Amino acid sequence: MNLPKSRWLITGGVVSVLSASALGLSLAALAQDDDVERDYQIQLPEPPEGEVTFTPPAESSLGDDQYDEMVRRGRDLFINTQSLRGENVFNEQNCANCHLDAGRLAHSAPMWAAYGVYPAYRGKNDMVNTLSDRIQGCITYSMNGKAPEEGSDVLVALQTYLHWMATEAPNNTSMPGRSYPTLDDPEKEPDRERGAEVYANQCAVCHGDSGEGQKVGERQVFPPLWGDGAYNWGAGMHRVNTAANFIHANMPLSKSYSLSEQQAWDVAAFVNSHERPQDPRRRTVDSLDKTQELFHQHQGFYGKEVDGKRLGDHENFGEHPDGIDD
Amino acid sequence: MNKKMLSGLGLLLGAGVYAGAATALEGDPEQGEEVSRVCVACHQADGMGKNNPDAESWPRLAGLPEAYMVKQLHDMKADKRHNASMAPILGTLDDQDMADVAAYYAGLEPWPELPTAYHAADSDDDAEWLAERGDWENGSFIPACSQCHGPNGQGVGDSFPPLAGQHEAYLKTQLEHWRNGQRHNDPNELMAGVANRLDDDQVEMIAEYYATLPQRLEARGTEQEESAQ
Repeated sequence: MNLPKSRWLITGGVVSVLSASALGLSLAALAQDDDVERDYQIQLPEPPEGEVTFTPPAESSLGDDQYDEMVRRGRDLFINTQSLRGENVFNEQNCANCHLDAGRLAHSAPMWAAYGVYPAYRGKNDMVNTLSDRIQGCITYSMNGKAPEEGSDVLVALQTYLHWMATEAPNNTSMPGRSYPTLDDPEKEPDRERGAEVYANQCAVCHGDSGEGQKVGERQVFPPLWGDGAYNWGAGMHRVNTAANFIHANMPLSKSYSLSEQQAWDVAAFVNSHERPQDPRRRTVDSLDKTQELFHQHQGFYGKEVDGKRLGDHENFGEHPDGIDD
Repeated sequence: MNKKMLSGLGLLLGAGVYAGAATALEGDPEQGEEVSRVCVACHQADGMGKNNPDAESWPRLAGLPEAYMVKQLHDMKADKRHNASMAPILGTLDDQDMADVAAYYAGLEPWPELPTAYHAADSDDDAEWLAERGDWENGSFIPACSQCHGPNGQGVGDSFPPLAGQHEAYLKTQLEHWRNGQRHNDPNELMAGVANRLDDDQVEMIAEYYATLPQRLEARGTEQEESAQ
């Protein structure tokens, strides 16, 4: 565990331990693995509406000092996160897949807007989460990976890149353009079958008929959306609402807002009702039922039955070398 | 559903099946070589085409993905990709001819394989920046060319053709055709949308960039080898 206990709010720690005990978790398991406690997906309030006025600095303004070199290193990791494959990354994803224009694009969860909202307090685990925690969470879940240590070259580089992008951005303020725009509730319940049709017509040309993505040589061009190469069952993007928000504002690439809101909801349901690497928190919890109960009280298909099979009912962690200890 | 609707549906389904079958025919490259006699005057005996800056340019066909070429031939015949030079020739070719000639050109010479490794785009090089990073700001919303056409624009699958090593004047004309609607056979109008957001300078710049990229990459590779020695 990378998190020093001092960052915890004491009462919160007690509450969490008590509630976890009530759910039948051993304290030993909690002490060994903070993933149980650290649900990284802070559901921050919706970003404010209004015109996006912030522009991050241009890369051409970077000089040659060590800070600027670290910005470049972070930018390279952000675009080509696959350079960490086998060390920190165990799937086919890059940060820039879901944060377009290398994390610069408004309404595509831009990094200049994320930087200043951390540390952030989250009531659910009664804990203040730092930017490091958040990035470590992304790597653990969206990259199906192993989080780089606090103070490591990787984390310093990514934080420096984010810090630079937020140059002159207001601190501790939720800015217009942050996150993905929140869609209204769908008129009709998101439907996998309607979503399959949207997928076949609009998405498969890039992401493949089976969500496998496309590569040229070893280089990933279109990321996989399900299967071992995709984000795992703990990633924010596995939630139907998060994916629908992202898709509506950003997909198909270059055709933002071309799908109807209902189509975005439907195709998000279709994509996210496919198997993907197991939720890493499942390693520390006795059963799928408990993982579902503890961590999946949101709009998603984890633990639900689809086409006669319960999603997440497996011990496949993709390429990640750690399985479930018996 | 009444009878009229049913027969209409039958027609639609029939058309779909027909189109699918026509583009799925297996091509015979030997037969294709025979068919190619009507192509060589423009596309040249080696299938490398020709850059004609002041007249119609003839694209390189050698090594283009087979399925991509089959689709283009069918689309030109159906005028989804308007081409006055190709139309009369395509009038003489049937579906099997088109499958055969595509198989022939696809196998004639491989498209150049270029490096796939990540390379940070130079922010002072506008063309490289557009190719590798795009132009998102001020509402342009143009993804990097490489996000669909692959690293160094060498093409991805059957739907995103290689750009690097294609003739400059041809590339420029295609972008113009996407913009003026002469060409409207792209999947989901992905290319038309992007082409319409490019400005004239970007069109010129990116056509030149991709046409000359293989040579420049080769020169860069040689320099690196020399400096390593």
